[in-house]
Amino acid sequence: MIFSGVDMDIPRGKITAIMGPSGTGKTTLLKLIGGQLKPEKGSIEVDGENIPKLSNKQLYNIRKQMGMLFQSGALLTDMNVFDNVAFPLREHTNLPESMIRDLVLVKLHTVGLRGARTLKPSQLSGGMARRVALARAMALDPSLIMYDEPFTGQDPISMGVLVKLIKRVNQLLGITSIIVSHDIHETLDIADKIYLISKGKIVGQGNSEELENSSSPWVKQFIHGYDDGPVPFHFSTDSLIDDLLEKQR
Amino acid sequence: MIEKLASLGHRGLLFFSLFGRSFILFLSTLFGFLYLFRRPNLLIKQLYAVGVLSFLIILVSGLFVGMVMGLQGYNTLVDFGAEESLGQVVALSLLRELGPVVGALLFAGRAGSALTAEIGLMKATEQLSGMEMMAINPVKQILAPRLLAGIISLPLLVAIFSMVGVLGGYFVGVDLLGVDAGAYWSQIQEKVDFQHDVMSGVIKSIVFGVVCTWIAIFEGYDCIPTSEGVSKATTNTVVFSALSVLGLDFLLTAVML
Repeated sequence: MIFSGVDMDIPRGKITAIMGPSGTGKTTLLKLIGGQLKPEKGSIEVDGENIPKLSNKQLYNIRKQMGMLFQSGALLTDMNVFDNVAFPLREHTNLPESMIRDLVLVKLHTVGLRGARTLKPSQLSGGMARRVALARAMALDPSLIMYDEPFTGQDPISMGVLVKLIKRVNQLLGITSIIVSHDIHETLDIADKIYLISKGKIVGQGNSEELENSSSPWVKQFIHGYDDGPVPFHFSTDSLIDDLLEKQR
Repeated sequence: MIEKLASLGHRGLLFFSLFGRSFILFLSTLFGFLYLFRRPNLLIKQLYAVGVLSFLIILVSGLFVGMVMGLQGYNTLVDFGAEESLGQVVALSLLRELGPVVGALLFAGRAGSALTAEIGLMKATEQLSGMEMMAINPVKQILAPRLLAGIISLPLLVAIFSMVGVLGGYFVGVDLLGVDAGAYWSQIQEKVDFQHDVMSGVIKSIVFGVVCTWIAIFEGYDCIPTSEGVSKATTNTVVFSALSVLGLDFLLTAVML
């Protein structure tokens, strides 16, 4: 079991962060919200629709209102930057090509990559690929964007650019944003609400100030990066002495 | 004993679950063909990737197989003074058996493995998940054009393989070993029956096209999305396709004889 008794409320138009140690199922949670995975029990409601109960057609319809930024960018490698951003527009709208061009250029301008429109994904840096993916996620003007580890592996400049972009997109377009991350400082800077999860349960929640002042040992260890605590340094095993004696025998 | 039985049962369940998943995927991909009427460009692109790019290996292999058939056939037939029948031997072997079987094996090695690796890497780099989240069905967008392209391409490639093979046999038999050119062609004209010989090859190549491409897209789509998983899936494609082609060839030959 990955989650048990998790009850989350994602406020509309705000940035909500889901944080926790690696391997706690943060990405799984996004996949559950997007309907890519189905829970055995419980409900996940987006805009009043219970995602696990939707038919395939209804699910695909509601996904048009969602954007997702994958950790790898997930750009289609056989298309250039322009075509990647134009892809959802061409698939889901009957707009003329001239209008698609204008929309794509505006989205690319928002992420600062209008000049990179002819490049292939293989020619982009990791940070640029994520910005293009953000432009693509915004292409259909969704009401919800989910960010899966947007800051992982980024240099300070790219990270700063992404932090500002996520904040700007949320403020200008009023898009509800869910960020899954374990980059504490960047996420605390922009998130309105933070859920801290560990071992399938919510171990802390609140805004950045509340979490920083929390007395919970889980929250303290995570926020301050202590090497030992409720999340132990050693992987669960026998005592060292037992292990060494076993070898001698 | 109980453990062995349980393990056998577990393997059986895994096999049927695998077969069930692949069959469901095959059916949904077939439904995806309708989508290609709206997006014919997707099919054209895959016809190029799957068919045109396999053309050279098919052409060269067909030529050499035909030349070997010419050489071997001549050496056997000349002992009986029947070298005039070389055209018949080469053409029938190629049309009925070697064309569809060798063509399909080469197709699985060239195009099938490429399809599996491409789809597997798309899965590993989250491109398929990305499409799903953009409300675009990857089965229609990615799998359907590839399956249809495989089904269209293989019979055409097999036809080219057999044709070039007959020319290769002619080159060795007639130009190098001195068999009469008129006898070579007239034996083919007289002994090769369109319905019995040509059509049996065509039916085999269509069946092999469906099976090889089905295996290739399923292995890619169902693979574990890691470099090891993609590598294993690519190997599986070649191995399963080869075994399926050889097994089905026997069945089809038995039915159509």
